[in-house]
Amino acid sequence: MIVEIGHFALVLALAAALAQTVVPFWGARAGDVGLMTVGRNAALIQLALIAVAFAALVNAHLTSDFSVLNVAENSNVAMPTIYKISGVWGNHEGSMLLWVLILAIFGALVALFGRGLPARLRADALAVQGLISLAFLAFILLTSNPFERLAPAPFEGRDLNPILQDPGLAIHPPMLYLGYVGFSIVYSFAAAALIEGRIEAAWARFVRPFTLVAWSFLTLGIAAGSFWAYYTLGWGGFWFWDPVENASLMPWLAGTAFLHSVAVMEKRDALKIWTIFLAILAFSFSLLGTFLVRSGVLTSVHAFANDPRRGVFILAILAMFICGSFALFAWRAPMLKQGGLFAPVSREGALVVNNLLLTTACATVLFGTLYPLALEQLTGEKITVGAPFFNLTCGTLLLTACLVAPFGFSLAWKRGDLLGVVQRLALAIIVGVVAALISAAWLSGAPIFAPLAMGLALFVILATLIEVGARAWRPGLTAGVALKRSLGLPLSFFGGALAHLGLGVTLLGLSGLGFGAETVATLHKGVPVAVGPYSVTLNSVGEQVGPNYKETVASVAVRSGDTVVAEIAPARRQFASRAMTTTQAGLKTLGFGQVYVSIADPAADGAVPARLYWKPLVTLIWLGAAAMALGGALSLADRRLRFGVAARASARTLPQPAE
Amino acid sequence: MTRRGRRLALIAAALAVVGAAAGLSLYALSDSIVFFMSPSEVVQKAVAPGARLRIGGLVKVGTVVKSADQNVAFVLSDGAHELKVTYQGLLPDLFREGQGVVAEGVLTAPGEMRAESILAKHDERYMPREVVDALKKQGRWQEGTTAATQ
Repeated sequence: MIVEIGHFALVLALAAALAQTVVPFWGARAGDVGLMTVGRNAALIQLALIAVAFAALVNAHLTSDFSVLNVAENSNVAMPTIYKISGVWGNHEGSMLLWVLILAIFGALVALFGRGLPARLRADALAVQGLISLAFLAFILLTSNPFERLAPAPFEGRDLNPILQDPGLAIHPPMLYLGYVGFSIVYSFAAAALIEGRIEAAWARFVRPFTLVAWSFLTLGIAAGSFWAYYTLGWGGFWFWDPVENASLMPWLAGTAFLHSVAVMEKRDALKIWTIFLAILAFSFSLLGTFLVRSGVLTSVHAFANDPRRGVFILAILAMFICGSFALFAWRAPMLKQGGLFAPVSREGALVVNNLLLTTACATVLFGTLYPLALEQLTGEKITVGAPFFNLTCGTLLLTACLVAPFGFSLAWKRGDLLGVVQRLALAIIVGVVAALISAAWLSGAPIFAPLAMGLALFVILATLIEVGARAWRPGLTAGVALKRSLGLPLSFFGGALAHLGLGVTLLGLSGLGFGAETVATLHKGVPVAVGPYSVTLNSVGEQVGPNYKETVASVAVRSGDTVVAEIAPARRQFASRAMTTTQAGLKTLGFGQVYVSIADPAADGAVPARLYWKPLVTLIWLGAAAMALGGALSLADRRLRFGVAARASARTLPQPAE
Repeated sequence: MTRRGRRLALIAAALAVVGAAAGLSLYALSDSIVFFMSPSEVVQKAVAPGARLRIGGLVKVGTVVKSADQNVAFVLSDGAHELKVTYQGLLPDLFREGQGVVAEGVLTAPGEMRAESILAKHDERYMPREVVDALKKQGRWQEGTTAATQ
């Protein structure tokens, strides 16, 4: 019964979405305030209905109601509760429901906090948001109904794909979706501004908090996915340039570019058309990602099932929103008035360079991801565009962007003094160059990536710290005054600084790759095997039983010299319900590095084949990403950027003074 | 600088970055593309040894030989033709006789490959798509008989 209520609520949500699309848009054209308000209520009602549907599905999974096809195929009585819940989005239908739930949450946020926005702009934005909801609700109801019944109900479900039964994967999809879907608001507002034919700085101030939320969650979601791949796939890698990973990287790159250009627009009233373009681009890439992952064009752990109808449907949605918005852009963008002027050497100038590099990097990823698909369709030849391609193209562009970042952060708005900035950052530049040279000499003969990344990372970190210091303190000031000055700086400044620090820290983690060690060896009891500065010895091999699996666990001692620094337990889990084995790597964090051991099935004589890695600085990769996301959150806490504040301030639309 | 001058500077910068990226892409493409083939295609196209390829097929039952230092040898087959593969390293969790895998590596002699990586399917529902296509071409694939067609 509850399941049918969920299904019914979803149908009603479709009706609400239809109302949210048509009525406010019509109201805005007719100038009827009453009709425009309908959009607001429809958005709230839609959220309530989708929440009911989602709760119904969660309930079915929690109670293991195997008369629901979705539950029978993806759940199991023996699974721990957390995976019963994450199983809701660990499959195609449920994850699409989560997608529209998040879409509705963002729509409701606009409805609640958009009070002071120009009425027509809000009505149009809600209408576009409603249209997106409408398309995806129709998609779910017509091709991917999570509430489909199964008769007769099986006695036991098929279990969630064991590879997805992991805490990292329980949180990865919701965060990624908050990121993907968060850009829908930005898209809706861009479309609304184009429909209106005018745009002002208040637009940027209203959109920025949504961008920050979306971007921060996307950053965390990508980091969580990469960390999961690192410790469960057993290869020690954390980024494979897999098309599905690329699908999440592209919106991140476009979103990062947008985040920077919207800052220029808010502060300086410049780059309006470009900002709108990026707004459309960021969400288009989110849709493209959804298409690539959900349509079955690609085979991967993310492609749950291949139903050609779904692919065609999503492709139609994709075409409608991307082509529609770019047509609107081509038609209306020339009407937008250009604003503030700036010299090429200025913070705006540096941000333009940053935008250029990020969008070009994004284009290379797009090319590398789609080229094999296109080639196969056109010629039937199957190729793989692998890591070397992406490292060389996207990697080079992003490293260049890292080089520019500190200059952008330190230059003044409007007209900057490059020589002055170079002098101020001299220490950081020298340290970076020296570090790069020393590591190049240390690693002589190895690829130049590691030394380059090391130097750049230290440069970015130091330069950011110097800039923070310079804002608070100058020669002659006492510590007390400096503290007071730093407290007076806007939180969004510290947010930006933290995000740049995070970038440097991630880069430092990446550079550590060049200094690591790896061995494939057969471990015999009591015989140490060296890996980097440590040695690894097998103590024993045992069997254990988990809730829905059996596992073979090796007990391994990690020694530095003669002292034992850690005991780790890499394991292999056998899941009976799917006849499938997963690898649980044994990890020990030492400093910022990790010793990583993953094992294969033991041989008859008790020897265990294993992969051993020493990965210095590797944890910094994810710590840096967390710092970036935290920087986004800190900016969000800035008084000027809180939800709705822009609305109250929109009466005075003059550009804010520069920070 | 005039507005026009600035715009020109901007366009020049954009062209420079895009041009550099395009150049890099073309250079990288010529270097790092790997073609996928079935054992039959390797024979039909008479691929010369030294070529870097991804080969997909079924692991022929009874051909997997494991020796010291984690050396493995097995035969990949698409029903019509076969290819001997040698590999050193840990095999993926789902490597089994009679199942589909993709081997990436260099052809050492006609009909022989030294693999640098072996990919197997993620779970029992899914078979590498390339392998399915390769088997279909040889008429060895029957819809519905394997769970992978879901």
